[in-house]
Amino acid sequence: MKRVPAPPEQQPDSFAFTPENLAVAKQHIAKYPPRRQASAVMPLLDLAQRQQQNWLPRAAMDAVADMLEMPRIRVYEVATFYTMYNLAPVGEHFVQVCTTTPCWLRGSEDVVGACKSKLGIDFGETTADGKFTLIEVECLGACVNAPMMQINDDYYEDLTAESASAVLEALAKGEKPKVGPQNGRRASEPAGGPTTLHAYTGDN
Amino acid sequence: MPTLTIDGQEITVEANTTVLQACEELGIEIPRFCYHDRLSIAGNCRMCLVEMEKSPKPIASCAMPVGEGMVIRTNSPIAEKARKGAMEFLLINHPLDCPICDQGGECDLQDQAVAYGRGASRFDEHKRAVKDKYLGPLIATTMTRCIHCTRCVRFATEIAGVEELGATFRGEETEIGTYIEEALTSELSGNLVDVCPVGALTNQAYAFSARPWELRKTESIDVHDAVGCNIRIDCRGTEVMRILPRLHEDINEEWLSDRSRYAVDGLALQRLDQPYVRVDGKLKPASWDAAFAAIQARLDAIGRNEAGAVKGERIAAIAGDMADVEAMLALKELFTALGSPNLDCRQDGAKIGGKHRGGYLFNSTIAGIEDADALLLVGCNPRWEATLVNARIRKRWLAGGFPIGVIGGVAGAGVDLTYKYDYLGAGPATLAEIAGGNHHFAKLLAAAERPMIVVGSGALARDDGAVLMDLARRVAQDTGMISADWNGFNVLHRAASRVGGLDIGFLPGEAGRDVAGILDGAGKGEIDLVWLLGADEIDMAALGQAFVVYQGHHGDAGAHRADVILPGAAYTEKDATWVNTEGRAQIGRRAAFPPGEAREDWTILRAFSAVIGQPLPYDNLQQLRQHMVAEVPSLGAIDAVAAGDMGAFGVAGGVGTEPFESPVGDYYLANAICRASAVMAECSRLFTGVGRAGGATGTDG
Repeated sequence: MKRVPAPPEQQPDSFAFTPENLAVAKQHIAKYPPRRQASAVMPLLDLAQRQQQNWLPRAAMDAVADMLEMPRIRVYEVATFYTMYNLAPVGEHFVQVCTTTPCWLRGSEDVVGACKSKLGIDFGETTADGKFTLIEVECLGACVNAPMMQINDDYYEDLTAESASAVLEALAKGEKPKVGPQNGRRASEPAGGPTTLHAYTGDN
Repeated sequence: MPTLTIDGQEITVEANTTVLQACEELGIEIPRFCYHDRLSIAGNCRMCLVEMEKSPKPIASCAMPVGEGMVIRTNSPIAEKARKGAMEFLLINHPLDCPICDQGGECDLQDQAVAYGRGASRFDEHKRAVKDKYLGPLIATTMTRCIHCTRCVRFATEIAGVEELGATFRGEETEIGTYIEEALTSELSGNLVDVCPVGALTNQAYAFSARPWELRKTESIDVHDAVGCNIRIDCRGTEVMRILPRLHEDINEEWLSDRSRYAVDGLALQRLDQPYVRVDGKLKPASWDAAFAAIQARLDAIGRNEAGAVKGERIAAIAGDMADVEAMLALKELFTALGSPNLDCRQDGAKIGGKHRGGYLFNSTIAGIEDADALLLVGCNPRWEATLVNARIRKRWLAGGFPIGVIGGVAGAGVDLTYKYDYLGAGPATLAEIAGGNHHFAKLLAAAERPMIVVGSGALARDDGAVLMDLARRVAQDTGMISADWNGFNVLHRAASRVGGLDIGFLPGEAGRDVAGILDGAGKGEIDLVWLLGADEIDMAALGQAFVVYQGHHGDAGAHRADVILPGAAYTEKDATWVNTEGRAQIGRRAAFPPGEAREDWTILRAFSAVIGQPLPYDNLQQLRQHMVAEVPSLGAIDAVAAGDMGAFGVAGGVGTEPFESPVGDYYLANAICRASAVMAECSRLFTGVGRAGGATGTDG
């Protein structure tokens, strides 16, 4: 889906790292040799995005470019190329549902349907209260626990329509739902419990 | 030196050559879009695929270095099929709107589609469309046509030195642009139109006005600055439609500055197309005879001396910045015949000229900048004064190991010249310090093998100019800039007429007045008649009560002040010689006729000389040229640079404290043609203060 940068009226006039983030930024820059500080552009953009309610205004890109002494257009190129940088404001909970083949085979369409009906929005939209933004993403690398979705930094896996709704419901109430598989299994262990090496798991 | 076989022919080439370059050496043409021999290699269009033996896939010849024993086939079925495939993919998202595209007829994609395109498209999916981008008033964009070759991005980054263009987003959504929708701050932006292989970037000023096959092409010389860029003037009928650069490796390579390219509309506006005579304070149209009679009457009114001749000391002539050598020679000889020593071709008052030609030339030559290994810029902002010299400095700087020192000419250390430099100081004191030899940059120059110094008019066009000249010469001599095979002493001129004028000695004769003296004399009533040959950049108010004859092509400052206007020809309308800042004589060709009753300038002077009974000894251009070459042999050596002799030019003395300022107030409004151009006015409005040394001028909108 084409990403559209926020219009000028939504863009803040300026951006500056908080003192804590500035210290982190300097740590990132210090990882690279002198005059190669531009290599730190991606972690710095991520840092800026985290500071700016999960989106990256142009002012932040400019601030990063100036900090790294690189032409601004080079930063715009990076920020627009990588889809994990959000160029427009997103909801407090940024819901990314995977619909790539393994998740799709395991029922991601149901999860998508549940999210859409629960939140009352389509892909690429934000709820009126600004709490949720829903988007469709390609594989997030958790195929063993398909289907899955990522909300901000957390993965919610082994979803069904019901469990996906429950996660969203909990978030809407301000609770912190359990992260990871939602069907009770631990990490990516076999769904019906271990089939081998029972001696080590203690549940024979 | 690897040897490889291309289409059955063996060739040995330098190591590091690419397969594509090796093919070109054999005269085999490889189709390409992204490859450009002056830009870095991108290898993203895939049009140059060729078959290489032992390679499972066709290779991109532009990016593949040659190897020993390679066997390349450029026209095998595999290569052919690969190119057809690449073309089909390129055309998937290309709109095929050739009938309404300005690139039509000179489009690489169009031409190559004839050779490699399919008759019909197999693609019936959604075709992408891209919103047009804003790149400033000079470039029209139709980004749907873009094939993402990134030539423009590489040009802006590498040659122009403004990193403002990029490829944003990814995959099918990739877009070329500035992302922030602001005009490119480059005075080389017009070249983006030339490097674009499709119709994505086209010439805004020329939009929808002509097709390339309708145009009559004339090879000529640019006069907007003293670089002497080689240009091609494209005309339809009598109208100049556009100006394009022409390849000259030693001057402009294949680039052209925006002023030279886009001031074209100024050639049709504000033109003087018939003689005028001031009657009762108002300029009235007149015939040539009446105009000449008015001048003659004025000459008679000045009175005669005891010998019965015109009082030569009471008349004067000033040549402007775009005057050709032929006209200046005719004017000089006319005034010499009238007994006047008051001649000057240095409107800005630069303290240069004299018998040592090396003292006013760009001796290192423009191409020679690439051989230099240290540079000191004194009182000049080459970006605005000689854009393509600046591009050459940047090219040398990019190659590395080229320290650049700057004294004045730019407003401060922060001015962007497209390369990094060491801002040493603002004025003469710094130059004196370097001449003293203890300055760190003096030591750096002395340690360099081929150092060079460039003195701009910011240092020369001032009262202590001659002293500064002496200082600069001493710096050159003391730091070993002048040797048998290298001359690092350079004067950077801004006016196309300047070196030619100095060569023919369009300078004050014995007891003659220079420009300041002429203006002073006119103000005091000691000069009764001033003949301005296209001179618009002097203080007209200072001319006082003098009778002013303005011979030129545009109704600018000079024409407003004039008492008689003699309409001349612009540079596109005459066969004439100009000498660039290197001392290279070049001939410009007439592309169109002057408008109305306007005439080529030397013929006007020849006609007037007959009216006053002192006819100049030439009746046609050939005779004039023969005479000119007999007077100054270097003018006969077209496109050649002879080493200028060095001597003890400049005078020792004390210097002022005023900082050097670049005399270019506004790059886009530097001469009468630009000031008549609406396109240049728009540029001036937009770019005011951008990288400019002198700040805003009174002409800014």
